[in-house]
This record gives sequence, C-alpha cells and structure tokens, in this order.
Amino acid sequence: MRKRSLGLWMTALAAYAFLYVPLIIVVVYSFNNSRLNAEWVGFTFDWYRQLAEDENMLTAAGNSLLIGISASLVSTVLGTMAGVAMYRYRQRLLPVLVLAPIAIPEILMGVSLLIFFVLLNLTLGLVSVALAHIAFCIGFVAIVVRARLAGMDEALTEAARDCGASPLQAFRYITLPLIMPGVIAGALMAFTLSIDDFVITFFTAGAGTVTLPLQIYSMIKIAVTPEVNAVSTLLMLLTLMLIVIASKLSPNLLRSD
Amino acid sequence: MSVAPIGHRIGRWLVSGPPLLYLVVFFAAPTLIMVLASFRTPGEFGGLAPLIDESGKLDLNVEAYTRFLTEPIYFEIFLKSVWYALVTTLICLLLAYPLAVLIAKSPKKYRDLLLLLVILPFWSNFLIRIYAWMIILGPNAALARAVNSVLGWWGAEPVPLLFSSFAVLVCLVYVHLPFMVLPLYANLEKHDQALLDAAQDLGANAWHRFWRITFPLSLPGVYAGAALVFIPALGIFAIPDILGGPNDSLIGNLIKQQFLETRDWPFGSVLSIVLTLAALALAGFAAWVGRRNGGFGGPERA
Repeated sequence: MRKRSLGLWMTALAAYAFLYVPLIIVVVYSFNNSRLNAEWVGFTFDWYRQLAEDENMLTAAGNSLLIGISASLVSTVLGTMAGVAMYRYRQRLLPVLVLAPIAIPEILMGVSLLIFFVLLNLTLGLVSVALAHIAFCIGFVAIVVRARLAGMDEALTEAARDCGASPLQAFRYITLPLIMPGVIAGALMAFTLSIDDFVITFFTAGAGTVTLPLQIYSMIKIAVTPEVNAVSTLLMLLTLMLIVIASKLSPNLLRSD
Repeated sequence: MSVAPIGHRIGRWLVSGPPLLYLVVFFAAPTLIMVLASFRTPGEFGGLAPLIDESGKLDLNVEAYTRFLTEPIYFEIFLKSVWYALVTTLICLLLAYPLAVLIAKSPKKYRDLLLLLVILPFWSNFLIRIYAWMIILGPNAALARAVNSVLGWWGAEPVPLLFSSFAVLVCLVYVHLPFMVLPLYANLEKHDQALLDAAQDLGANAWHRFWRITFPLSLPGVYAGAALVFIPALGIFAIPDILGGPNDSLIGNLIKQQFLETRDWPFGSVLSIVLTLAALALAGFAAWVGRRNGGFGGPERA
C-alpha cells in the first residue's frame, strides 16, 4: 500500500510540475535582464517600464477593459434572467441556446458571427466584439446563478408573495439579495472570460481593433520578447485575483459539475 | 401546466424573453446563416455572391461540399486533425488518471485545494500558455540544448523542438489536461471503497482490483473527459499557428485561412460545419457508450 502511494504521489507531483513550471518560467523571465528568454542573467523591472510606455499595448488594454466591462454587465443581467427562468419555469429552447455556445467548438461561433456582422454591414470593432462576448458569457452566468438558486429556500419567495409582495418586489427584496453572491461571481467570471478570449475576438475584431490577447498574439508571431512575459504576468495576476474572489462568493464555481 | 394563470405566463416571458431573444439573434441566427452560406457561391472579391443571381434564380449549390470531398488535401488535413485530437485525448487520459485517483483518495480537507491547483492554470490566458511553451522549447533554452547534446553524442543531427508536431502535441495536452482531470475526479470520488475491500478479501491483487473494478466503474468519467478534450482540441488553430511547422496545419488553420486570407466563405463554412459535426458526433458517441457502460453495474446499481 505504501509503495503504491509513493508511485502515485510521484506521478501527481510530475503532473503538477507539468501544469505550473511553464507559467512560473513566464513570470520569472519577466524580471530577467536579457532579451533572450533562455537563461537567467539578472533582475530588472525594465520590461514593465517598457510595457508602460508601449502605446499599442496601452490601447489594447483599454479596449480589453472597455469590452470586458460592457460585456460582463450585459451578460450578467441576461444570464441572471436566463438562470432564473431555467430554474423556475420549464424551458425547452432556452437551456439549449444557453449551453450550446459553451459546447460547440469556439471557432464555429467566431466565423458565424463574422459572416453575420459583415452581412449586416456592421463595422467590425469594439461593438461587434462586445456583442459576441455577451453571447458566450450568458451561459456561464446562467449556470452559476442557477446553482445558487438551487441552494436557496424557495419558501422565502413564496412567503413574500403570500404577504402581498408583487413578483417584482419579491424578486427585488428577497430573491436577488439571496442570489447576489452567485450573480457577482458570474459577473467576475464573465469579465475574466471576456478579457481572456482570443478565438472569437480574433474573428470579430476586424483589422483596426486590438485587444490584449490579440496584441500578445501579433507580438509572439514575430518574436519572443520579455515584454510579453511582463504583460502576461500582470494579466495572470488579474485573472487569479478575480477567480479567487469569484470562488469565495460561489464555492461551487470551480467544481466540475 | 397549460392552465397556468395569465400573470404567471407573462412573468415567465418577461424573465426568459430577453436572454432568449439575444441568443436567437447572436447565436442561432448566425449559425443558420453560416449553414446557408455553405450552399452559396463565393463572391468575386471574397465573401458571398448575391443569393439571387442576375437571371432571378436562387443561387444555391453543393459545390463547396463537393470540393471538400473530392480534393484529397482537405480530407487529409481533416483526418490529421482528428488524429492529433485523438492522440491528445489519449495522452491526457494517461496523465490525468493517476492524478484524479490521487485527489479522490487524499484526505477530504486537501481535496478542494488539490483540485483548485489543477483548474487554476486553465484560467490563465490561452495565449500565455502557448507562449510559455515557445520559451521552454526555444532553440536557446536549456531543454533544446540538452536534447541536442545527447543527440550529438549519438552522432545524430540536432533537431528543433519548436515549430514541430512535437511542440503542437505537448501544448495541446498542456492546454486540455484540466478538462480530463475534472470529470475523472468527479466519478472516482463516488466509488465505494467497500467494493475494493471485498475484492481484496477475496484475493484480488492491486492490478486486478484496478482493471476489474475501478477502471470499468470510471468509464463514464473517462468518456466525459474524452469529449471535453476532443471537441476543443479538434478545432484549435492558435497552437499549430504559433508552435507548429509547415506540415502541422490543422482544420482550424484551414478555416482561418478561408475566412481571413482566401476569403472563400462558402468553403470556410463547409469546413466549420464538418468540424462541428465531427466533434459533436464523437462526443455524442462517447456519451452514449458512457451511459451504456454506466448502466452495467455502475455505482447506482451497485
């Protein structure tokens, strides 16, 4: 028994190393005083300084922030409604439409939205990207909100209704405060997904608009530069923070089911 | 249900209507338009030719589908993509299984943390995870130098690690591993230890206990994980684009090329539809097999 556990632990340790060593290398080399990401030379903040002066990068960060905030706001409202509808009423079409964007290959959604926007004569840019992000974020918010509702006592809402509250009042003063942690967790998740999205953004952004992932893509297509390490480190830090907060609010968020 | 009070019905539509409408407009409609586009003629300057041609006839045809089936190069790329996705799924399974077993067997208070550690890298940006492998496999990095000095010892030519099928597969496995661990863990966690104890009392050794009890019971988790890895792996284009060599173009790269370079939308649509159908068919098959096997002495019957 002992010997088998040891083998298991070694395998697991190797698997965790496989998952984390690459990311740690990215972070470590962002402080490396060398243009080549090949060996450690010395400590520096130069790449972060260079990042702060890079106009393209700052524009990209601004765009990502703008898209992330608007997409997460709209998808949180729509996703909460979808979550409530799926929990309370028997729905046939809604669950399919909510979950399909998550289940199909991302590239399909990217190219179909590209065709759609171009045929509608909508100029590709910030708006088209935000519209696309909302479409795939709704599902994630709906799932989190639905899970929260399932853990809540529906008798409370019924009691409010019995005491004469209108459906809207019962939702506003009873249901919403109770599911709020789930709603906020969903919003943070939507923001993270939007900030991180590459594939769908790639097809719906058009030629003139750049987000952080698109900027990183065009930089690493040309060459490996520690400036990418620096922006990656900051982006990972932001995502990590948001996900930790979201998982504190909704403990089931990081579960598989 | 059909005699629900009118207020209830209005409330229901007020709640489900807006998200439903949004998803119909920005998901269902674009998908249907793309299916229609796959039957249309490519435009002279890219995009689509008019749906109604000069003679006033509806211009729909299956030329793009014929092209996919008759020009062997496209079918080869499709098969290569299926092959890469299958290999990725298999390697993920081999790596994820011991990890999932370990997490499921560890004391309850550590389980959440161990699981969180598997999921966290998944939340870091997709491109950053590809970029990390560019650094590790780069020609000046320690790994490439070590491999090539060993090869040099044997008198072999040095090999580049980056821009190769090897780099593509390593990164495919890296990116998709968490998707395999999660469903496996969710399944293994529910196994009844009494079954294993009983088998041991009856004289089954560790190997037998695994093959005859744990593994068959875990099949639903295996199939779920396989679907979760296979679907995204099949459609990937950024990994071969960044880490692959000239022969590593997969169907995702072909689709990207049709939409952004060649601008042949009908053919690009055909490729996207083929990709999606193949992914969903394999995932559906996995779910079907999983259900069938799950019913045979699965945890719910035991």
